[in-house]
Formats: sequence, C-alpha cells, structure tokens
Amino acid sequence: MTGYNFAYLDEQTKRMIRRALLKAVAIPGHQVPFGSREMPLPYGWGTGGIQVTAAVLGADDTLKVIDQGADDTTNAVSIRRFFARTAGVATTTDTEAATIIQTRHRIPEKPLRDGQIIVYQVPQPEPLSKLEPSRAETRRMHALAEYGAMHVRLYEDITRFGHVAISYDYPVMVNRRFLMAPSPIPAFDNPKMHMMPALQLFGAGREQRIYAVPPYTSVESLDFDDHPFRTTRAPHPCGLCGATDAYVDEVVTDDRGGRLYVCSDTDHCETRRDAGHTGSESPDQEQAA
Amino acid sequence: MSLDLPGFADPVADAQSAFRALLDAMSRPGTIRAAGTALMPPAPLDAATAAVLLTLVDGDAKLHIGPDCAAARDWLVFHCGTDPCADPAAADFVVSTTLPDFATLSSGSDEAPESSATLVLQVEALGRGTAWRLAGPGLAAPATLVVTGLPADFAARWAVNHALFPRGVDLVLCAGSQLAAIPRTATVTEA
Repeated sequence: MTGYNFAYLDEQTKRMIRRALLKAVAIPGHQVPFGSREMPLPYGWGTGGIQVTAAVLGADDTLKVIDQGADDTTNAVSIRRFFARTAGVATTTDTEAATIIQTRHRIPEKPLRDGQIIVYQVPQPEPLSKLEPSRAETRRMHALAEYGAMHVRLYEDITRFGHVAISYDYPVMVNRRFLMAPSPIPAFDNPKMHMMPALQLFGAGREQRIYAVPPYTSVESLDFDDHPFRTTRAPHPCGLCGATDAYVDEVVTDDRGGRLYVCSDTDHCETRRDAGHTGSESPDQEQAA
Repeated sequence: MSLDLPGFADPVADAQSAFRALLDAMSRPGTIRAAGTALMPPAPLDAATAAVLLTLVDGDAKLHIGPDCAAARDWLVFHCGTDPCADPAAADFVVSTTLPDFATLSSGSDEAPESSATLVLQVEALGRGTAWRLAGPGLAAPATLVVTGLPADFAARWAVNHALFPRGVDLVLCAGSQLAAIPRTATVTEA
C-alpha cells in the first residue's frame, strides 16, 4: 500500500468524521453535518458509508460489504476491494466473522452481535425531505420534535390504501426522540434495528450527514395503535435454500412469466445450503426431477 | 520543557485504536477501555487523556485547557496543532482535572445539539472508588462505573445536564491509560 494514507482518507478528515461520529452516538438519531470529501467513486455509490468505514477501520478489522444483501454485486465487490487495497484489511462474506459490515439497503438475516459495527450507506438522511423541502425547516422540526406531518402522511396512506404503503426507508423513532430515516432498507428489516447489540452508523456522502444508533437503543417504526407496524415479504420460500423467514428478491428468469425467488442475503442463503437446506430450484432437486 | 516529549509513535494506527476505544466507550456508557498505553505525555496529563486529545483535536476544533492542565499547554499546542481558546463556553473540547460547572460549557442548541462541548475529565482512577449507576441507550441493563475523583454531588449536577437533551455536554473520563464515557443520554445515580 503506497501513495495513500491508511484507509485512503487523510488524518485531518478522519478526525473531523470521528468527532461527528462521537456526537452522533451521543445524540441517537440526530443528523450531524460533516465535511463530506470527494471519493474515488460517484455519489450514490456509497461515499458516505465509505467515509464512515474509513474513519473507523483499523488494521485488525475484518470487513464485510453487502449491496442489497449480496456480497457479490459490483458495489459490494468494489468497496471491499477498495479497503483491501488502501487499508490492507482482511475481508469476508461471513456475517459472523466480520467486525465491520458496510451495507447498502439491507441488514443481514443473522442477528448481529455485541462488538460488531454496521455502517449504512444513506442516499437521503432526512426522513422529512418529501414532506418539507427546506433543510432549515426540517432542522427546526427535529429541534421541536414536531413530527405530526409524518403521522399525517402515514394516515393518508391508511385512508387511501387501508395500510401504510411504505415498503422501504420506513421512518423510525430513535430513543423516543428523533425521527430517523433507516436508509432504504426494506421495512422487513426495521425490527432488527430495535435494541440491536451492534453499533449502527449511517453515512450520507452527498447530503453530508452522519448519524448513529448506539447498541441496545429503542428504534420504533412509526405506526398507530389501530394500525400497528407490520413487516411484509414476498409470500414465497427461497428457491435455492427454502427459507420462508428470510427476505427474498424476485428474479425474472425468462420471457414467459418465469420467476425465481431467492434470499437477498447471499451469505445467509449459502450458509443454509451448506447445511443441507434445499429449495424448489436447487440443482440437485432438478436432477431428481 | 514539555515539548521534548513525543506524541503518538504511529499517528495513524494509534489514533485509530484510541478512537475505537472512545467510540466503544461512548456507545456503551461506563465501559472502561484502554487508550494511549504507550504514550508518555507531560504532567499533569495521563496517557488516556493525551490520547483522546491527540485523536480528536486539531486546528478545526477549539480546545480549552483548564487552568490545572496549563503545564501541558505547549505540548498540546504542538502535537494537536491547535490554538487553545480561552473561553470554555466557546470550546468544542475542554480538558480538566476538576469537574467544571456544566453551565459554563457549551451545551449546543436545539437545532444543532452536536455543537456542544465534550469534556475530557481526568480523574484519579477508574475501576476503584465510588460506584455510579448508569442507564440509557447503549446499555441493555444498567451498568456500574466505579470512579475515584468525581465530586459527591456529581449525580445531581449530571441530572441537570442530562435534562437538557438533545442538548448537553458529553463526558469522557480518563485515568492512567484507561477511559470511559458518559454521553448526555445516560442517567447517573449513586449505586
């Protein structure tokens, strides 16, 4: 590793991010502004998450990067390789073995443990952005804990559709005080954030915000007493491992309406298949048929 | 004088490990972590106190050096590359060996609670002395932090700071090469 500082960022930038991270942990769910740097990849590819990871990462860490749950997509592979090159850290696809997990839009199926850190890539950190375009105004709304507009938005969904029609980036209340965007994870993953033993850090590069949820902190999805929050998933088992409780992606397999539903968490799926679980589309099943 | 003493032997790796200790301590109030074990800072600074400041303070952060830490001023100015600020109310970081009145430090604003001060308080010892009971985010169950060097009325003084949430001062306690943190979200009672 020559030509770069450890983990790419210079030390002054890391100190700035580290100061922001500590304040973010001390004020769970509050968005802390930071001087986001230009990174060697475009906004929208995880520049916020990368900067947070770079400021936290040490030589003895083991890094896992997932994109929509998958370890093998372009974004995940390139970020993993980026840190393997610029920091020389060990990388893994095993959720259990990782000390830091950078994620785009999923939380692993395997419950995270105490001591792990999960870093979310966040495109839009402001949960109120679609209701109130002014940053000055949303900042004041957070200061006053004035979140009525979001409840009205959920209520409008209920009157129109009979249920809250938000399937991802479902707003959460952190520590009963700050409304927070959980990043575009499926609402299916929201309950995993509540009292999670791992530390959750969020980085939004283009929007220049960092926020955090400490371990064992209350994270509640917004709902109403008579319309409690419910998670949904496609009503199909994984075609490869047969899992019925994991979040599945729909894959179009041909132009005749063929569909394959597979776990979006590739590590979870592989672990299950290694343990002998099979699904309707498993290769050995086809041979048998 | 104190300038002769070195800072971090490996500024990149040492700052990273000190930060992780700090991040861990701030995430889990009352947890004691090691930091700056190899540092030999000038009196009156302990290794952990110096490590925290070297890790977080630079020209972009305002540091107020408490009168009791004045002997280390030159060392901090040189190794942190900062120009200390005389007014504690304007400081991002305050280093002291005695607990100042929280009201004299910045507690941030409702719209920007992150602009509050972080108090780096050097105490006599962590892990022996008076027990304090902590609860709040980061703790699955209330934890006990044992400290020598906090005033007897600390819980009452902290309660005033805690009640300001989301505003408030965050506290980092350092002794020897150990540190612990009490973020503004934590409640403190006598155990």
